[in-house]
Amino acid sequence: MSEWWTYRPSDFLLFVPRTYYRLLEHYGAGAWPWQVAALAAGLAVLVALVRGRPGALRLALALLGAGWIAVAWLFLWGRLASIAWSADYAAPAFVAQGALMIVLAALPLRAVDVSKPRRLGASALVASALAYPLLAPAMGRPWAAAEVLLLFPDPTAIATLGLLALLPAGRRAALMIAPLGWCAFQGMTLWTMGAPEAGVLLGAATVALLLPLGRTVRRRRDRAARDRPPASPGA
Amino acid sequence: MPTTLDRRTVAAGFLAGGAAAALPRVARAQAPAPLAKTIPSTEEKIPAVGLGTWITFNVGDDADLRKDCVAVMAAFFEAGGRMIDSSPMYGSAQAVVGAGLEALGSPKPLFAAEKVWTSSDGPAQIEATRKLWGVPRFDLLQVHNLLSWEAHLDTLFAMKDAGKLRYVGVTTSEGRRHGELEKIMAAKPLDFVQLTYNPVDREAEQRLLPLARERGIAVIVNRPFQQGDLTARLEGQPLPALAEPLGATSWAQLILKFIVSHPAVTSAIPATSRVDHVRENLAAAAGPLPDEPTRTKIAAEIVKL
Repeated sequence: MSEWWTYRPSDFLLFVPRTYYRLLEHYGAGAWPWQVAALAAGLAVLVALVRGRPGALRLALALLGAGWIAVAWLFLWGRLASIAWSADYAAPAFVAQGALMIVLAALPLRAVDVSKPRRLGASALVASALAYPLLAPAMGRPWAAAEVLLLFPDPTAIATLGLLALLPAGRRAALMIAPLGWCAFQGMTLWTMGAPEAGVLLGAATVALLLPLGRTVRRRRDRAARDRPPASPGA
Repeated sequence: MPTTLDRRTVAAGFLAGGAAAALPRVARAQAPAPLAKTIPSTEEKIPAVGLGTWITFNVGDDADLRKDCVAVMAAFFEAGGRMIDSSPMYGSAQAVVGAGLEALGSPKPLFAAEKVWTSSDGPAQIEATRKLWGVPRFDLLQVHNLLSWEAHLDTLFAMKDAGKLRYVGVTTSEGRRHGELEKIMAAKPLDFVQLTYNPVDREAEQRLLPLARERGIAVIVNRPFQQGDLTARLEGQPLPALAEPLGATSWAQLILKFIVSHPAVTSAIPATSRVDHVRENLAAAAGPLPDEPTRTKIAAEIVKL
């Protein structure tokens, strides 16, 4: 089509908010009590991040990778595709993301030396993914509609962005595409619906993009300091 | 084809579909029939308000919401509605319409309007759509948003020639591609064109609506309420004095009266998931309609708010 630019985000919203939230609720009710196990796994990911040991990070990578595949199968294909044909296109990307994360988890990982702010930011992203289910009751929706990571896409993408911030740049780059893309797409969808969760998703994507930049800025500053000619005596 | 549905037929349909116990009560005093307008290519009459399904009927497998949609369809037919419009783009809406028609016992007044969209295999998509609706054939098939319109129009005109389709049309929305639409309207023997028109989106008045009259093309108006944005913006604002003599009790009715009173407009297709709204929409076409000076005043009142 030659005039995609004439479309607004609302032109691609295929359902009313009530339909979407009821879908979340029915899916959540059907998934119970797996939310408990998923939250426990999410806590393990957070602990791995805080400790920063390569073995724990690899385990966290595998856990989240399995979550991406579960979300694709159970939520995107199993539920969301019934009201959003875009889910049929997103699901294979979720499976590919999960598979890639599991493969990379099997490879050796050297310890990553990251700054305190970056580790703090990464942990904050995972913590916000763990707290994400609280948004449903906070918005007056039933607990069954609470979105738990590893079962629902939004908190899974946010937690993944947090974990990736601690991986070497080479591994991080390819793995960032799907969670960033989902945060952008879903953030726009929720924004069009007038849902405040949109801010969480778009904010998480922004933080994830900024976290690695802190190191680059610091390196440039250090290099500039090294290259600066020594001050002349008496100056 | 009859233009009203007997209440007994509706009740029988509910029973046939096993839905009577689960659905809201729809029997009520018979409302006046909505204004019927003429499809120029055949002189067939059709109610000036139809039922759109964009967003509102995309409820997936949610059983409760599907029942709500059946209730909306039942109220629509009971109030004298005929045209239901959907598209392959609308998620589960086609399947929901099909399930609703089955639950209502395949209401005879139905005027089934559908679209062919992105598929490179138009006939296969149309057949898949027909199965979802559960109808023997469509009354109207339209090329959705002018996508691949040359190839799709060839398919649709061939279906019409073979007696597998009654009317052929093209659609656009939100003012997109009006230049191209105008060229198609001028060059092809269309029965219908579908476009967006309301008191604040009036570009169609310049060239497309006059051309439709000149060429004898029926006009379906989509997004009459700007996908709910317009009525939401007007909510809480007092109706102007001119609403009363027209019998308009809401902004939605005033907007619909503005739209369907245009001589080139055949039918407006507001989408809703509420029974009270579908009744209100059809009632808008049942009372007095504004003349041209009053239409101008309606638009001016709405634009200034």
